[in-house]
Amino acid sequence: MSATEEEKKQIVAEGEPAQKHVPGEAAPEPGKPGTWEFLIAIPVFILGVVVCLFVGWVLFPAVLYCEKQQPIDFSHVVHQEAVDEGCESCHFFREDGSFSGIPKLENCSQCHEEAMGEHPEETRLIDEYIEPGKEIPWLVYASQPDCVFFSHAAHINMAELSCGTCHGSIGESDHTRPYQYNILTGYSRDIWGWNIAGIKKNTWDRMKMDDCAECHEEKGTNNACFVCHK
Amino acid sequence: MKEEHQKGHGKTYKYGMVVDLDKCTGCGACMVACMAENNISFRKDDTNKLVSNFWMRVYKISNGLPFPDADISYIPRPCMHCEGHGHHHATPCVSVCPACATDYDHETGIVSQVYTRCFGCRYCMAACPYHARVFNWWDPRWPEGMEKYLSPDVSPRMRGVVEKCSFCFHRLQRARNKAYAEKRREIGEDEYQTACTEACPGGAITFGDLDNPEHKVCKLKDAPGTFRLLEKLGTNPKVYYTTTRDWVQKAADVYVGNEGNGVTPA
Repeated sequence: MSATEEEKKQIVAEGEPAQKHVPGEAAPEPGKPGTWEFLIAIPVFILGVVVCLFVGWVLFPAVLYCEKQQPIDFSHVVHQEAVDEGCESCHFFREDGSFSGIPKLENCSQCHEEAMGEHPEETRLIDEYIEPGKEIPWLVYASQPDCVFFSHAAHINMAELSCGTCHGSIGESDHTRPYQYNILTGYSRDIWGWNIAGIKKNTWDRMKMDDCAECHEEKGTNNACFVCHK
Repeated sequence: MKEEHQKGHGKTYKYGMVVDLDKCTGCGACMVACMAENNISFRKDDTNKLVSNFWMRVYKISNGLPFPDADISYIPRPCMHCEGHGHHHATPCVSVCPACATDYDHETGIVSQVYTRCFGCRYCMAACPYHARVFNWWDPRWPEGMEKYLSPDVSPRMRGVVEKCSFCFHRLQRARNKAYAEKRREIGEDEYQTACTEACPGGAITFGDLDNPEHKVCKLKDAPGTFRLLEKLGTNPKVYYTTTRDWVQKAADVYVGNEGNGVTPA
């Protein structure tokens, strides 16, 4: 920087008044804002918090999750009354110990080859799926990522947990609820849980790795990676 | 010592392998079986060893002597599933992983690799003295239609992560599933065998529980002429080799001449 420029700066600095003084008002202490500034700052801060919470808790989940309806409105209540063996009538173990999961069309058509009643959903099931022999594209609420290995046999037969421990009261539902999935990951919302903050009140509220590990920890079961990962 | 978070249900296994190098013809069936079993993709030219991914690789060594003393040996090399020594085991790859993407399972003795947790720093590859770990420089690709032959029991890896032999752990998961359905916990020797063991036409590979005297590997590992790769490093691997040829055994421990018999007791 040249000498002349430095000189100029000095002149400017000297020319500025040290403090602005408004006549008739007490001069505020340097560095401390006035009372009126506080009065504005508090509501602005509260408004900011409200706006941020609204975006985070209401708008973001609405954008993050997409909703789909199940292909058929299925009633667990009606079916539970009709079958003898509870959940296992349709969700059974295969001979090799693997779990059948959501029943295949073959399972449905054992009873619904012909219409059993006059419910419009049953008529649709027969016309759209059983007649043409097309599998029903059920959306699986509890579907886990590909890297997860889960043995139903270990949990039902050995640990003697009930289906409801992880699946909640789905067996008592009269209608299928909408299936929501995360648009970024494609995973079902049931994995993260329906509470966006991840707050968990029941064992079936979430299906994350932490929830599996928590129960394994409590029961003293092996928590090594390759127990549940593949 | 058993880690607190891996208590399990009491019964523990120590799965391991004994490979008879005198029976190995170097046919490579184990490599092919491994790739098919574990959804390992391949490149247009897999002879380029810098970019090809193998979990099981067959190495060829020679004694370097002229005819008529020339001899070669093939060494099939899966992951050694090193147990390490002492309190914290110190499996080389596990001890360096900053992401906890790999661990030593005290119930089975298997070193895991969780691909969704790995972020590809490749410390484990540097730590592994056996080159058992490979890095995915590309996303896996299969020729059109071949993806239908992938195993649903093994998750395919993505670009940017490290992978390695898992002793076909998914086969143990499958065997356990079946056992649990029959309400038992014990897994029989024949219920859990790796793909390479089954594929070997010469029967060179034996697999089982090293601690169970009823399993074949338990006796084989203590037979004379049995050794492990780079024993002197103290990694305590669970893959044993056996041969009647002295030079093979010395080569396996990178024997340099003036260090006794070349094999350090474990």
